[in-house]
Amino acid sequence: MAQTHKKKTPAPKSSARDERWLRFYRQMVKIRLFEEEVNQLYLGAKMPGLAHLYIGEEAIAVGVCEALRQTDYITSTHRGHGHCIAKGATLDKMFAELLGKAAGYCRGKGGSMHIADQESGNLGANAIVGGSTGIATGAALSARMRGTEQVAVCFFGDGALGQGLLYESMNMAALWKLPVIYVCENNQYNEYTHYSETTAGPLIARAEAFGIQTEAIDGQDVRIVHQVAVRSVEKARRGDGPSFILFNTYRFHGHHVGDVDRAYYRSKQEEQEWKSQRDPIQILAHWLLKNKLADSSALAQIESTIAAEIKRAVTDALEAPYPEIAEVRQHVYA
Amino acid sequence: MRVSSENSSISETKIRQITFAQAINEALAEEMRRDPTVFIIGEDVAEAGTPFKVLSGLVKEFGTDRVIDSPISEAGIAGIGVGAAMTGMRPVVDIMFGDFLTLTMDQLVNQAAKIHYMSGGKLKVPLVLRTTLGATRRSAAQHSQSLHAWMSHIPGLKVVVPATPYDAKGLLKSAIRDDNPVVFFEDKMMYQLKGPVPEEEYTIALGVADIKRVGTDITLVATSSMVQIALEAADSLDRADISAEVIDVRTTVPLDKETLIGSVRKTSRAMVIDEGYESYGVTAEIASVIAEGAFYYLDAPVRRMGAMDVPIPFSPVLEDQTVPTSERVVETALVLCKKR
Repeated sequence: MAQTHKKKTPAPKSSARDERWLRFYRQMVKIRLFEEEVNQLYLGAKMPGLAHLYIGEEAIAVGVCEALRQTDYITSTHRGHGHCIAKGATLDKMFAELLGKAAGYCRGKGGSMHIADQESGNLGANAIVGGSTGIATGAALSARMRGTEQVAVCFFGDGALGQGLLYESMNMAALWKLPVIYVCENNQYNEYTHYSETTAGPLIARAEAFGIQTEAIDGQDVRIVHQVAVRSVEKARRGDGPSFILFNTYRFHGHHVGDVDRAYYRSKQEEQEWKSQRDPIQILAHWLLKNKLADSSALAQIESTIAAEIKRAVTDALEAPYPEIAEVRQHVYA
Repeated sequence: MRVSSENSSISETKIRQITFAQAINEALAEEMRRDPTVFIIGEDVAEAGTPFKVLSGLVKEFGTDRVIDSPISEAGIAGIGVGAAMTGMRPVVDIMFGDFLTLTMDQLVNQAAKIHYMSGGKLKVPLVLRTTLGATRRSAAQHSQSLHAWMSHIPGLKVVVPATPYDAKGLLKSAIRDDNPVVFFEDKMMYQLKGPVPEEEYTIALGVADIKRVGTDITLVATSSMVQIALEAADSLDRADISAEVIDVRTTVPLDKETLIGSVRKTSRAMVIDEGYESYGVTAEIASVIAEGAFYYLDAPVRRMGAMDVPIPFSPVLEDQTVPTSERVVETALVLCKKR
């Protein structure tokens, strides 16, 4: 399905900048509805395996990826659908991959946790926590060696702060001033354990120790996210080295779709507070309405248009064929 | 070296005697001249040229932008290598001792080896990771292991175990040009071994075994420096009127099964010699390939000889017990040939 983000007819008073916020809104809604559909596929036993939903964290993927060019790189995580969509993945190929179909981004060989899309600069979601921190840093080194202006964004969660590879990578990125931005999405939980039980000291100090520019930011307000991301991306592109951005956010759903009984590690009240007060889509919607950049019917229109896109994409993916059996031995070696 | 299929075709060109280390150095220099995307990253690879001086002089020609000294961060440089390889470069990552591969395992096993497959064939990882194997340098248990079986176990990786300067050069050039992750093992005890290497450029395809010596009574299959041990053993066996064929597999992945099976169908006896641990190792895999492919031609069970299943001890008298020797190969071969 073609995903077009450009508005053909801007409203009379809206500037390009206003249009941009509406695009951000559209992208966040797209991720939200995609993930809700994924959850339905799981609950309906239509999807093999599991998925880790990004619901609640949409502002980070969108705010950051909107600061990037198509040729820039990202690496993603097991909770990666949002990053992929924000960087330009199309819904039909996403659904097809999650369903193990040949039309998927990886011909059904990767699945939810391994979506890669060279054309949109997505070097792949990664199911090893922190596993892509070297890859993103290597892509940044490569961009510099090839003399391009590309930058690399490395998305990871608070869990990756426990992995040594991150520190080895950040050390080299700082030493060599590589164009890489480390984006830590602190959704509060390493799987089923609050990060405060696993992570000593101030989180931000871990990057500061390497002399990397760091910022700790609210990850629920996409406008703030974007502003900081733009600064970091410009810095990297200028050749002024890496940044580390710590976004405070929340995973509205469980660690994965099957994690429905969560009371033993977090309270319903906590979840409710985040959902009712810190929903990134609601925060942007509220701002758009307040500043009269859109009215509620326009937002509802966006939502229903995307819902229709999602429905089409998932229907196509459900009907799409599985890979030929012979493909099991293909692509082991290039 | 007695027989080498390539040597016949290069007899017209000028042949020099150079060391294994020089052969590696030449392969890297030639590929870096040929392809600007080739670069080296590792610990003390630039001015120091590595502790074994294998890379001496490369930084002078190519500069520190392409011969990059890294921190002591094996996982980090492996990961950076994977990322650079996925995005248009051809990195050669230097892991000083094969024992340190343990530190790179996630990046090799879960990332490099699987990215092409997991992406449905879209992404490629043209990465070379050079490292060492081999005991008897009196370096004890953490600097002496031969862990190439680990790498050979993982689909998606290619594994090279050269035995001569000639093979090392030609195979390394092919490894660098290969679009897959290749782990290249150099026996640190062979760096000063000299052998004939032509001046003119050549490559050796990965996955083609080399018959290093033709024989009719028993096939000695060997890897890396064990090829030299097998050749010594073949000399001794010759004096006992046993004609041994020595096959150097050159790459454990891909494995040239056809050549192995063909040889054993001819000789009817086989021994496999490798410096990795004997249990669950390269010798076991090759022995089973031979057993499956040449069972009805065998006059004796396939025998294998690997490193003793112990952590490599420091004391020379102990360490020397742990690795195959030509004497032990001869003893076993004599038994197989019913001469003892």
